[in-house]
Amino acid sequence: MTGAQILIECLKREGVEVMFGYPGGVVLPIFDELYEAKIKFILTRHEQGAAHAADGYARATGKVGVCLSTSGPGATNLVTGIANAFMDSVPIIAITGQVKTNLIGNDAFQESDVTGITRSITKHNYLVKDVKDLARIIREAFHIASTGRPGPVVIDLPVDVQSATTEFVWPEKLELRSYKPTYSGHPGQIKKAAKWIENAKCPVLYVGGGVITSGASEELLQLAEKAGIPVTTTFMGLGAFPGTHELSLGMLGMHGTAYANHAVMESDLIVAIGARFDDRVTGRLDSFAPYAKVIHIDIDPTSISKNIRVDIPIVGDAKNILRELLKYIKKAPEVKVWQDKINGWKQQYPLFYKNDEALRPQFVIEQIYQVTKGDAIITTEVGQNQMWACQWYKHDKPRTWISSGGLGTMGFGFPAAIGAQIGCPDKLVIDIAGDGSIQMNIQELATAVNNHLPVKIAILNNGYLGMVRQWQELFYKKRYSYTTLVNPDFVKLAESYGAVGIRVTKKEEVRSAIEKAISIDNTVLIDFRVEREENVYPMVPAGEAINRMIGGMA
Amino acid sequence: MRHTISVLVENKFGVLARVASLFSARGYNIASLAVSETLDPAISYMTIVVEAENEKILEQINKQLNKLIDVISVTDFTKKDHLDRELILAKVKFALKEKEKLEAIFKKYVGKIIQYKGDTAIIEAVGDQAKIKQLLTELNKFGVKELVRTGRIAITH
Repeated sequence: MTGAQILIECLKREGVEVMFGYPGGVVLPIFDELYEAKIKFILTRHEQGAAHAADGYARATGKVGVCLSTSGPGATNLVTGIANAFMDSVPIIAITGQVKTNLIGNDAFQESDVTGITRSITKHNYLVKDVKDLARIIREAFHIASTGRPGPVVIDLPVDVQSATTEFVWPEKLELRSYKPTYSGHPGQIKKAAKWIENAKCPVLYVGGGVITSGASEELLQLAEKAGIPVTTTFMGLGAFPGTHELSLGMLGMHGTAYANHAVMESDLIVAIGARFDDRVTGRLDSFAPYAKVIHIDIDPTSISKNIRVDIPIVGDAKNILRELLKYIKKAPEVKVWQDKINGWKQQYPLFYKNDEALRPQFVIEQIYQVTKGDAIITTEVGQNQMWACQWYKHDKPRTWISSGGLGTMGFGFPAAIGAQIGCPDKLVIDIAGDGSIQMNIQELATAVNNHLPVKIAILNNGYLGMVRQWQELFYKKRYSYTTLVNPDFVKLAESYGAVGIRVTKKEEVRSAIEKAISIDNTVLIDFRVEREENVYPMVPAGEAINRMIGGMA
Repeated sequence: MRHTISVLVENKFGVLARVASLFSARGYNIASLAVSETLDPAISYMTIVVEAENEKILEQINKQLNKLIDVISVTDFTKKDHLDRELILAKVKFALKEKEKLEAIFKKYVGKIIQYKGDTAIIEAVGDQAKIKQLLTELNKFGVKELVRTGRIAITH
């Protein structure tokens, strides 16, 4: 078989049903195979769109997402998408064409050092120099991408290796002596953690994306209910615990709820699960949760004691560890006083926006929640639109919240929605966007329309790069330097691509527009002309302690 | 503080670059680095001397190295009884009348004068960091014109 045939055969054996990508000179042998292959290929309009679509597909389905590009610019266009998947621990395989092996290093046409460029933004990467190694490398790549703490793996595949022939041997067994993720937690540590939980007075569960990756939502719910511990989630953890549950505190951190931040700051025990104490969560480190002991459950040992000191580290898979932990917890801690205190904060500092005649972005998101009843996959772009989507939509289920967390990539939401819709054809998929972000991958309207994807785009159009403008308002004396946008007519733009465009300028039109968009079996873009200078509150200024919030009711 | 770490890695192309780019991407400092094959040609051995301000950073360096797919094991020698050595080659200025004085120095150190040429002697010496430092202080009295040294290598007792 040729290298290209081996690639397709291996992808099939790995269960790949769909790939996202873009052709080019040095991937012609692969595309020639794809012409007749059983694998569905989604042609995006930009390689960045392909990488984000593979990412969105992986987040929505839990499977590995695959994207494919040519060498040089094709590969460098994937880079943002790869870095995005890396920061959020999403399993994707990026296959990049490469110039002929004898030309590598010669500054050949469309050559770039892809393994060099992607080294620090991948879990691992490969340059395939011999077709005999190809099958093994593909197996290893899928294994590495999807196990332990998942992440992107790049396979750089020179064009002559694609056409070289060898006997196809599927490696039944993998031998990776240096890669063995830990799945079961240390029993002694788990027992100790159980004791500490039983004796805590003011415990908080602080939950991140690791719970979703591990599929541990059910165990988390059991733990929270059994022990009566309130749950706050990180941005990545939204959906890991039902946002509508009485023990839910919503998201914490820079734009978290005031009650989540107060609860963490006054807690005496933080049980961190699959979260990494990122700077947007902790704020000022030396004043973070001063009274709390910390139990930290994570599959990645580097996440533990990286930013804050941990008292009981437990390395392993969240689902396994929570199951064990549940066995050892014999009695619930006495948390009545603590719960009352938290309920007091909830009453005192609710999330708040001015519910007047104006068309406010928070209202739009609340309406999306009410119309969908929370039964939708929500993707977002980055900025104010994203933070409001965290705050005003109740995320109840895992894998229904898809947004760029660690890297904060504008232009992620729409191609990610395409990937999610391909992976979950029966689900309603909505991209909550800003007028800035959506233009970073607007070309994918063609991909959505051509593939008959009924993705909905809700643009919260304020004519600004809103989050940057908010910072300029608050910290740079309202000097709005290059944050005002002159935009195209989004309705006409949607129509020119064959999608449906709807414009909403009044509050009373919001609900019917959302209902109409959902009823249309086509890609629909809604241009919500929202209040221009609305801010995301509450807000913890960068470098402050997280209970020093400004705005809102806090 | 300086720490000596040894890293067993798969002997594949690009592994050194992975280790080096981990250090640069995370802002850790390498003071010296020695790489060689081991008895098993599929495995290479790296001895890295790192600058780590505190235990937390050292712990992260260890964990981050372990996280690299091609890294088989990481040993922190700081916590282990170990021997370490560095090798130096140096060109030392000398006058003929000082020859005996120069030769006398090497009674105290593991090393020798390899050649004399004109007013220059080329010397080699092996020792741990402290010994090499002492030797260099003594050689400086003659005048060291050129100095090359290997990174540190280490082995447990």
